Amino acid sequence: MNIEQFIQDFASCFEDTEASEFQATTVFKDLDEWDSLTTLAIIGMCSKKYNTKVTGIEIREAATIADVFNLVSSKNG
Amino acid sequence: MAELSNPFSLVGKTILVTGASSGIGKAIAIECAKMGGELIITGRNKERLQETFLALQGVHHTQITADLSNEADLETLIDALPPLDGCVNNAGINRPLLTQFVEKKDVLDVFDINAFALFLLAQKLVQHKKLKKKASLVFTSSISGVFCSSVGGSLYSASKGAVNGYAKGLALDLANRGIRVNSVNPGIIQTNLFSEGTITQEQLDEQMQRYPLKRFGKPEEVAYAVIYLLSDASEWVTGSNLVIDGGFTLL
Repeated sequence: MNIEQFIQDFASCFEDTEASEFQATTVFKDLDEWDSLTTLAIIGMCSKKYNTKVTGIEIREAATIADVFNLVSSKNG
Repeated sequence: MAELSNPFSLVGKTILVTGASSGIGKAIAIECAKMGGELIITGRNKERLQETFLALQGVHHTQITADLSNEADLETLIDALPPLDGCVNNAGINRPLLTQFVEKKDVLDVFDINAFALFLLAQKLVQHKKLKKKASLVFTSSISGVFCSSVGGSLYSASKGAVNGYAKGLALDLANRGIRVNSVNPGIIQTNLFSEGTITQEQLDEQMQRYPLKRFGKPEEVAYAVIYLLSDASEWVTGSNLVIDGGFTLL
């Protein structure tokens, strides 16, 4: 797995936020656009692009995009 | 003392319950047995089906492990069935997905289990004359897809809407033999379908507060409605949708 690609995929779950705002260290829940629907979008993205099941609880516990990346990486073995 | 009359009794009725290895289907099997029904239960998971089987009150029950979305399993089940007084379809899955992620495979997976398997089971029961005159078919549908929906719930809703439409057409097809077809339409029922962690406890609690009766349903509360629709008490009821939702769709 490649973090640059993951950040792009993560960004694709948002409609209005500029791509430049997404970095590995971005605390994504602080973004204006963040809401509960975005959680569902990220769950869908991880399932479809990375064939990995993440839960709403895991997304809630993650702070940065890197945290979600690490979560998906670890599940991918 | 004279024996009390009970129009909801299922004594003497042979009833097939699908999806009986868990959740609503399991509760339906258990409650129908308590009302005197002789049950044939089926489900995909052999061990869990056995658990349901052991929980059934009375004797003369049968269990058959089968995946109804598999044609060979369906044929085997049909061949093994005696003539039925009742059939309750429960097999169902939920796969919450936002629209942009929905692929054809997801559509087919959800429809195979929630809708197509049920259509084909009903078709086979009719074709092989496994339904007695005045039999009753009950489909476990949902409020979702019939009266409302939820974010990421379009596939589930579509499949349940399909079940409701099918029930109405089938009710007309079978009416001349006195066979009735109805659906029950529950709101959120406390089952494992929602315990997989996709949704957080906070989201569930928040959702619960949107129910006028301030809680989710219990599986047996759906079973009681199914008992009514299977029993002679509902002999003049066909093509109906019985909403069991703690008042959710009132708002």
